Amino acid sequence: MFRFLLKGIWRDRSRSLFSVIIVAGSVALVLIYRGLIAGVFDDMLRNTSVLLTGHTKVMTKAYAEESEQMPNDLALLGADEILADLAEKYPDMFWSPRIMFGGLLDIPDEHGETKTQGPMMAFGVDLLSAESRQAEIWDLDVRVVAGRFITDPDEILLSVKFAQRLEVELGETATFIGSTMNGAFTTHNFTIVGLFSLGMGNQDASMAIVDIEGARLALDMQDAASEIMGFWHNMRYDDEFAVARKNEFIAAHTGDEIFGLTMLALRDQNLMGAMVDFSKSAVLIIISVFMAIVIVVLWNLGLMNGLRRYGEIGIRLALGESKGHVYRSMIMEAAMIGVIGTIIGSIIGVALVYYLQEVGLDYSAAMENINYPMSSIMKGRVTPDLFYIGFIPGVFATVLGTMLAGRGIYKREMAQLFKELET
Amino acid sequence: MIKILLNITLLALIVSVLSAQSVQPTAEELIKAIDANMSAENQVITSKMIVHGRRASRTIESRSWMVGNDMAFTEYLSPPREAGTKMLKTKDKLWTYSPQTDRIIQISGHMLRQSVMGSDMSYTDMMEDRPLLEMYDATLEGSEMIDGRKHWILYLDAKVDDVPYPKRRSWVDAEYLLPMKEELYAKSGKLLKSATIGEVMRVEGRWYPKSLNYKDELKRNSKGTDWIIVTIEFDVDIPASRFSKAALRK
Repeated sequence: MFRFLLKGIWRDRSRSLFSVIIVAGSVALVLIYRGLIAGVFDDMLRNTSVLLTGHTKVMTKAYAEESEQMPNDLALLGADEILADLAEKYPDMFWSPRIMFGGLLDIPDEHGETKTQGPMMAFGVDLLSAESRQAEIWDLDVRVVAGRFITDPDEILLSVKFAQRLEVELGETATFIGSTMNGAFTTHNFTIVGLFSLGMGNQDASMAIVDIEGARLALDMQDAASEIMGFWHNMRYDDEFAVARKNEFIAAHTGDEIFGLTMLALRDQNLMGAMVDFSKSAVLIIISVFMAIVIVVLWNLGLMNGLRRYGEIGIRLALGESKGHVYRSMIMEAAMIGVIGTIIGSIIGVALVYYLQEVGLDYSAAMENINYPMSSIMKGRVTPDLFYIGFIPGVFATVLGTMLAGRGIYKREMAQLFKELET
Repeated sequence: MIKILLNITLLALIVSVLSAQSVQPTAEELIKAIDANMSAENQVITSKMIVHGRRASRTIESRSWMVGNDMAFTEYLSPPREAGTKMLKTKDKLWTYSPQTDRIIQISGHMLRQSVMGSDMSYTDMMEDRPLLEMYDATLEGSEMIDGRKHWILYLDAKVDDVPYPKRRSWVDAEYLLPMKEELYAKSGKLLKSATIGEVMRVEGRWYPKSLNYKDELKRNSKGTDWIIVTIEFDVDIPASRFSKAALRK
């Protein structure tokens, strides 16, 4: 019967083509949606972790309490020893010190007088250590759009927007004006060697990146760090692992001393907990709603097919085919159309998600005034479930629609068949 | 010279009148007496500032040259990171020079709210040089005995808008005529800063603070900043070139 039905589907395309197109289109839409949501959340978690939170991070308890104010007087001292200890205890992660600081960036004219000046938010990142992966995870080879990468602690990268506002050129000197970790007034000269764009709307409008040793010199923070960030080697944030790691660390560092160590997971910072929870449930909720809509569409398609073939079914019953056989053959036919449509839809959907993963959709114009670590290139992600998730709406909904539509077969009265067929 | 002698005579007169503790002075007389004690034609001070951080304390040594209330030049002598940093204040302008960058930078705008060398004192505090009577309406609220010494309680309410502390309350020692304790408030009445004189010394016929604790009351668990006078000289000859931007780089 299988071959018979397959031949029927192939030869009588008027009754199968439209159905296959609808199924394939719906499945492709579900997959694109799923892949896009996965990609956007992944992107957001990655950017947030690289820029601000790490997957986990270690700091002093006092710093953690006031971390939004970047209180470097409460920073970690003896950072190298803490780093070595973390690397030994948790080799499944890589650890990197970070200094976050603010101040003014002052650009002198040829007489050394202030030409332009602006408030700056700077990241002291370990860029120059041989084993550091920070340049890689910051994607600086892509994001540095002019000039070159930092090779010396006294060099600085400015965001393109910041450089435009300060009207500076590559090679110029920029004087940082701020406070040391002791609160003393400090100035430090940096040479501007490159411009970067994070591609995250306004997030980098006043941003600068320096090597952590440069930040230490400027802020009198030898062997100190605001925080030490930890990342899993594959750069994928797993909330359960991160929370477990945090709890394990905190259990090993009890005590009331305010300069004792503590650990935060990504979810504990920058309101990311709600975002992580939402990302988990959102995928399920959004996909469920979308699939429900697709199921209704395909169900309706099954009903339409059932009605369209009302006459054909009548003839088959009149010729003596049993109601059960007709019903089963219609369900099998629907399942075959569903499978064919799902395979085609999955191929199209996965291909488009792959394209979005590699190229992405540029919506930077809409990100102009958004100050959030979200990339202005929306990217998809090909997840393993994309290869089977389409079968739920594709096959299940088509078969369900046909089953419901086919119930009418059992309501047909044999005595009425010829009368119906005469009209 | 005649002017200096006149000033000393005036100071002696005010002090002798007000020191008679049974006589209640007016608020205006008290402020004039405080100004007479604290101000001078010019002065050179070597001082230590002990900044109590949340982790450790730092001692910063400096030497300052001042003419009246308008002009001041400070050179930081230690610790090594701060040594060579200089500050120049002329009327309403403040510049700082850092030998590390060889830059002279004017401190203005929101930078004025930053702390001076990590202390509890802001640049705005440093810049305020107008006589109190020009900025405040003063009321004498009464007197109080503190550590067995009589203090007049003086309440100052701003009569101009551009003052950093719209309300102040001072406990003025009836003998020394120095504000032994002072509280500086926001317009809402919130306590912002406090200053307490620890020791006083007699210099050239006047009482002068030898040590002072200045505290930012908004900082949690702050112990404030101690300011200790090591040496002080009044009415010395200071060349005008000391208060030029060129002097910052010398």
